[in-house]
Amino acid sequence: MLSQTLSKKRKNYEVLMKVLMLLSAGLTAALTLFLVIYVLVQGIPNITWELLSTKPSYLTEKIGILPDILNTVYIILATLLLVLPIGVGAAIYLTEYASNKKVVSIIEYAAETLSGIPSIIYGLVGMLLFSNNIGTCLLSGALTLVIMNLPTIMRTTQESLKTVPQSYREGAFGLGAGKWRVVRTVVLPGCVDGVITGCILSVGRILGESAALLFTAGFAHAVNGLIDGLAAPGATLTVALYFYAKEQGEFGVAFAIAAILMILTALINFAATFVQKQFAKRRSL
Amino acid sequence: MITQQSTKIEQIHQDIRAEHKTHVEWKRRNRTQTIEYMIHGIFLLLGLITVGCVLLITVYLIISGIPAIRQIGLLDFLFGKEWASTASEPKYGILPFILTSVYGTAGAILIGVPVGFMTAVYLSKLASPKVKSVMQSAVSLLAGIPSVVYGLVGMLVLVPGIRKIFNVPDGASLLAAIIVLAIMILPSIIKMSITALDAVPKEYEDASLALGATPVETYFKVSVPAAKSGIAAAVVLGVGRAIGEAMVVMMVAGNVPNMPNSLFQSVRFLTTAVSSEMSYSSGLQRQALFSIALVLFMFIMLTNAMLNFFLKRERE
Repeated sequence: MLSQTLSKKRKNYEVLMKVLMLLSAGLTAALTLFLVIYVLVQGIPNITWELLSTKPSYLTEKIGILPDILNTVYIILATLLLVLPIGVGAAIYLTEYASNKKVVSIIEYAAETLSGIPSIIYGLVGMLLFSNNIGTCLLSGALTLVIMNLPTIMRTTQESLKTVPQSYREGAFGLGAGKWRVVRTVVLPGCVDGVITGCILSVGRILGESAALLFTAGFAHAVNGLIDGLAAPGATLTVALYFYAKEQGEFGVAFAIAAILMILTALINFAATFVQKQFAKRRSL
Repeated sequence: MITQQSTKIEQIHQDIRAEHKTHVEWKRRNRTQTIEYMIHGIFLLLGLITVGCVLLITVYLIISGIPAIRQIGLLDFLFGKEWASTASEPKYGILPFILTSVYGTAGAILIGVPVGFMTAVYLSKLASPKVKSVMQSAVSLLAGIPSVVYGLVGMLVLVPGIRKIFNVPDGASLLAAIIVLAIMILPSIIKMSITALDAVPKEYEDASLALGATPVETYFKVSVPAAKSGIAAAVVLGVGRAIGEAMVVMMVAGNVPNMPNSLFQSVRFLTTAVSSEMSYSSGLQRQALFSIALVLFMFIMLTNAMLNFFLKRERE
């Protein structure tokens, strides 16, 4: 009824905008679908048990990505271990302790700045700061990633701290508890969900990171234990993908790694939304 | 007499005990207060680490970036048209890199923003909840895919494609980089625009609809202007991502230090200029790479400042 009374110009506008919107959304959906399917189709046939469980050998001229998988796990563990206390502590300071507005705004501005700096800059500074002092090794890479992921952990923790009801804190204070006791027993348990979400997001970011690791963690394919591994140079999955594709032209291996990364990314996204939904549900109860 | 004295003594004892008790209490309270102060200090330190990191990065980049600029000369460095770092008479002009980064980013924005913006309006206003949630997870996936994977697909699909379609000798070009960057900035633009559009008060739209505007007119002439700060922030965020992206452009842009005179030229971006010679450089060449990083950092700080400006306006 309404559309009959519209002037021609308005009707055209309506149709044009609708078509443009549908085209754009369709394009986005098609791109995502194409990327996922293309990578999986090219990659999955190349994923073999041998590829996953061996290291590359020049003798047999076969490529295995076991060291890269281990390096990725080590660097994730080391980064999270270091970034969690700092990030959570900073978030607690901002929401619980800070009384000076200026200090808060400076710290928040710094965190925003950090999250805007591209990874290649982190890689460069990490090289100057860590690799030149303790050598090119996974630990240097992890330390670089700590700075990169600090804003993520801070933000998610802060958001969950804000949802801890003020009355809980007041109740604890009213019972005579000191500030530290309140933080320890009331506030910290309340921010678990933020910490977990932050960890998942950070794992995703570390998994996909390459530019920051190129000059800090180096490139090597030795199979090491956790401690030796952190002290030695090593390539993570993304860095290995880059080298196999760009420098060596081993596209089969590159696509296998790409498919693994794609699957892991999907899992991480799923986990993040799942966790957020669970906590939201629990909170509303 | 004796009883009187003993009660007196008792009294004194009691006084002493009470005093002792308050003293202990006072000491304990003093100790807990010290601990409280210490813990406060520790948390303050943890908070300031972030500020320290920013200062450290800035100072390091400036200290390592200045020497080469001094030696080469600021104008020759920024506006020199030739980069020949390994020639016998080396030339360190980074205008090709700056222009490539600017053109590449502008191109990516030109393609990515309209598509992302339209998708965001559709998802925020028109799409059914089911479509919206499916598409949002797709966009999250797109955002999470590591950049090297984009680079790989770009190398094997886009680069040969450009070579065939446009019949040029090499498909690794500015155009390939623009297309991949446009796809990579899509998720940030879509996500941020949706957040801004979802936050527009329902009353605005209701009022517009009640006045006889069609839904589509309402979305574009009422909702979008109301969310314009957030959408501007989304665009700036996309600019930041495109300028800072290194691995993808390394893989698809050809990485030759040409002036970006045509879309099909093999070019080098600021980010790739930093990384591609890093592994074998030394002396002035290496210092010049740090100077390029400093220039890149300036660009990033500029976009960051703009982003903050728009975000602040959005909050207000």
